[in-house]
Amino acid sequence: MRERKNIFNNIDWTLVVLYLIMVLLGWVNIYAAVYNEDYSNIFDISQSYGRQMIFIASSLFLALVILLTDARFFSTFAYAIYGFTIFLLIVVLAIGSEVSGSKSWFQIGSFAIQPAEFAKFATNLALARFFSAQHINIKDVRTRLLPLVILGLPALLILMQNDTGSALVYGSFILVLYRMGLSGNYLLAGALVVVIALTTLMVGIIYVMVLLIIMAAVLFFFMKRNRRNIINLVAILLLGIGFTYSVEYAVSNFLGEHQKTRINVLLGKQIDLKGAGYNVNQSKIAIGSGGFTGKGFLNGTQTKYNFVPEQSTDFIFCTVGEEWGFLGSLVVISLFMTMLVRIIMLAERQRSDFSKMYGYGVASIIFFHFMINVGMTIGLVPVIGIPLPFFSYGGSSLWAFTILLFIYIKQDANRNSLL
Amino acid sequence: MANRTLASRKQTVIAIFLVIGFIYLVRLFYIQVIDKSYTLSANNNVLRYVTQYPARGLIYDRNGKLLVYNEAVYDLMVLPRQVKEIDTAEFCRLLEITREGFIERMEKAMNYSKYKPSLFEKQISKETYGYLEEKMYRFPGFFVQPRTIRFYPKPIGAHLFGYVGEVTQGLIDKNPYYRSGDYIGVSGIEKSYEEELRGIKGMKIRMVDVHNREVGSFQEGRFDSAAIMGQDLYLSIDADLQEYGELLMQGKMGSVVAIEPSTGEILAFLSSPGYDPNLLVGRVRGKNFKLLSGDPIKPLLNRAMAGTYPPGSTFKMVNDLVGLQEGLLDLDTRYSCQGKTSSPIRCTHTHQSPLNVLVAIQQSCNPFHWQVFRTIITNGGQGGIRNNYVSWRDHVMSLGFGHKLGTDLQFELSGNIPSAEKFDAIYGKGHWNAMTVRSLSIGQGEILVTPLQLANYAAVMANRGYYIVPHVVKSIGELKKKSGDFNKVVSTIDKSHFEIAVEGMRQVATLGTARWYQIDSVTMCGKTGTAENPHGDDHSLFMAFAPADNPRIAIAVIIENAGFGSLWALPVASLMIEKYITGKVNRPDVEEKMLNTKLY
Repeated sequence: MRERKNIFNNIDWTLVVLYLIMVLLGWVNIYAAVYNEDYSNIFDISQSYGRQMIFIASSLFLALVILLTDARFFSTFAYAIYGFTIFLLIVVLAIGSEVSGSKSWFQIGSFAIQPAEFAKFATNLALARFFSAQHINIKDVRTRLLPLVILGLPALLILMQNDTGSALVYGSFILVLYRMGLSGNYLLAGALVVVIALTTLMVGIIYVMVLLIIMAAVLFFFMKRNRRNIINLVAILLLGIGFTYSVEYAVSNFLGEHQKTRINVLLGKQIDLKGAGYNVNQSKIAIGSGGFTGKGFLNGTQTKYNFVPEQSTDFIFCTVGEEWGFLGSLVVISLFMTMLVRIIMLAERQRSDFSKMYGYGVASIIFFHFMINVGMTIGLVPVIGIPLPFFSYGGSSLWAFTILLFIYIKQDANRNSLL
Repeated sequence: MANRTLASRKQTVIAIFLVIGFIYLVRLFYIQVIDKSYTLSANNNVLRYVTQYPARGLIYDRNGKLLVYNEAVYDLMVLPRQVKEIDTAEFCRLLEITREGFIERMEKAMNYSKYKPSLFEKQISKETYGYLEEKMYRFPGFFVQPRTIRFYPKPIGAHLFGYVGEVTQGLIDKNPYYRSGDYIGVSGIEKSYEEELRGIKGMKIRMVDVHNREVGSFQEGRFDSAAIMGQDLYLSIDADLQEYGELLMQGKMGSVVAIEPSTGEILAFLSSPGYDPNLLVGRVRGKNFKLLSGDPIKPLLNRAMAGTYPPGSTFKMVNDLVGLQEGLLDLDTRYSCQGKTSSPIRCTHTHQSPLNVLVAIQQSCNPFHWQVFRTIITNGGQGGIRNNYVSWRDHVMSLGFGHKLGTDLQFELSGNIPSAEKFDAIYGKGHWNAMTVRSLSIGQGEILVTPLQLANYAAVMANRGYYIVPHVVKSIGELKKKSGDFNKVVSTIDKSHFEIAVEGMRQVATLGTARWYQIDSVTMCGKTGTAENPHGDDHSLFMAFAPADNPRIAIAVIIENAGFGSLWALPVASLMIEKYITGKVNRPDVEEKMLNTKLY
């Protein structure tokens, strides 16, 4: 009994309370998003808000189980858990059922589960375990390559399920690698790659190339012109030009028609053809019409029309924006910011590398989901179907985020008994 | 790697988080607070999403004559959530519906969605529309949506064009392009070229006040998109020939297909009895469809591709061609004919004996062709029968029989050239021979062909050995040529052998069974057929091409239960060839007789 009491004493209540607030807000907004006068009881399990209540209850149970588990369990079995989810990702490719184009669901009766959601925390565990090992030496090739394999394997399998959004999440681990010692240049290069890609698509390949050459010329003029610098400059310039060209080429040759349209709509090159920009427009109208204080609970006229197909899942932020206005949006964004900062602060007080890296992973995953999901509802990011953590409707995603977060809370609670 | 330096990286990470959060807040502040265009006015205006339906592409014939266009109609839509207390009695009177009808429609709409518009009454008349428009403010939740429906200036080509109907739920689930209430091509060209014809839907967002009045477009139409009309189709069909053929076939059951041999372009494609395509359009479609589908003469059946018939004597040249190719027949080969006493198949014509292949085709001699067939099948003794039959069948199939031709129209049947396995199953392996399957020698027995295949066979003859897959669309829009998409299929039989068969066919038209309906200025090569029909009277068949050199038209005519091929199918084909090649008909007596004959 003493030990259990200790467990609850040591846990970080800030994170737990933030989690509870977000989950409850999510529930209320799902209710508002799919509100139906005929089934106005929020506990009605024939409706998605009723089911979400069950998901929340079971998530709380999962959280409790995790808190009661020995903290070392997760580091010890990190690879086993990772291996198991990889196995599930392979199996789902073979026998999974297809839901809106992605073959990523196990259908058991009326109940569906998506292994890709769980692969995120499993990959995070494996990566943390890898970096916490003693033999780590960032100069070693093995040390550099293995994390890429750990990340690439699930990403590739999820890509094969045709679930591009969930696969992109693995890119967010670059923040973990950065904290682990990856040069900041990679981070910068990553940002640059995104910027160059977007400008190439937006203003055209010629302008970007000209701009790159001008920038190189200016650099050449000001830099110390020794042999090494010149070679580097030329190499980078060629790389940049090659990259802009391949972006242009990839978009026109490899992307599916609907992805191309989505990109073109986002970039403003194409207007609402075949309704591809439709969701985003609806979403912007809904959020924009919320004004400063919102229209009030259940009074959203735009979200009520069910015109945005994934109102309760991917586009749940519309309901927040419309019914609670800018104030509501501010609250939700602040909640996420507080949680993310809190996670990072806690990570830095960890004694074990395992918990520290795991913490960075948790923050990266939640941040990436937040950035993409909210960004697409306000038209800043292409429509990539990934849920808003703790808010979006859906059992798999809520359970997976709960597990992700609570393993971390458990590790943190245990930080003093280690070493 | 100093841990202290790395620890300071947390600040960078946190900064990234906060910067994104800040950018998002600024963006939200902009669209929610500063940009007033998103804020709907205070009296709780709502947005109404009106789909802009594109008009389907127009359809022209090969000479640019307009065959299919669109007319505007109006659908009355309902948005159940916005329906407030209305004067139901007056509303029903306006629409000429009953109270029960009103309740039923409302319930259906409610079941679909309270928040999405449903179709309440489709294609209301212009008068009702005009009247409703004035009183609309009294019926909140209702609005009118313009649509277009097909219109056919000439009542021809019903089976060719097919028709347009509403999408089914099954299709909506499968294809996200379609929404409830959309139209889609159900058969014919409308179905095969649905993607080209349908165009791209648009969307208009209107603001509507509490009195159901439109107060304008949302944000000056920033989010609106215009509908883009479907692409026009230019057919290979010759509208005049098609119309003439339909006139000639009035009162006769059967089909006519005409093809330009050098290109595979279908010039005429008709199934009789037909119907006026305007019957399957708009509000009357449901009622008429029921009438037509219940009619015992099956006007909806597309006999040109979905009707199969024994080819009868028109098939005889096929056996000659195989015999020539296998080296078992030449111009000097003569077989005897005992006329009506011939065995096992008797002859129905009177002619010289023994006779060669040219006379045999000319006089449609059954015994001669049975002997050719027997020679092919029994060549090399008892052991070779099955193999000989298999290679015979391969030759036949290379002429376009027994398989779908792959035309650009839907619902094509493959006909039947029975396989050796089939005979094994019926008679037992090794227990059948030329005698058992002798009917095949004269195009009877298990052989079945579609009128399209028969016309295509005429085209093979005209081309002396190959065909281009027959098709009806010449180009999509004025530029995108379609003709190149259709393959050239070369038969397994040498060109020189075709010259012999074609010479036989020329003699048919000048000296033989078709001599009564020669065309003065045009040399026709043809073959009559009178196919025994197990279900009733013989079918009358004729296949031909003309002119003999540089053929411009290949044609097949089948008239069900009409008796001799030379009596009914031949004159129809002969008149159509004359009409197509000379542009007019110089035999008013023949024309009048054919126009006035009713055979069912």
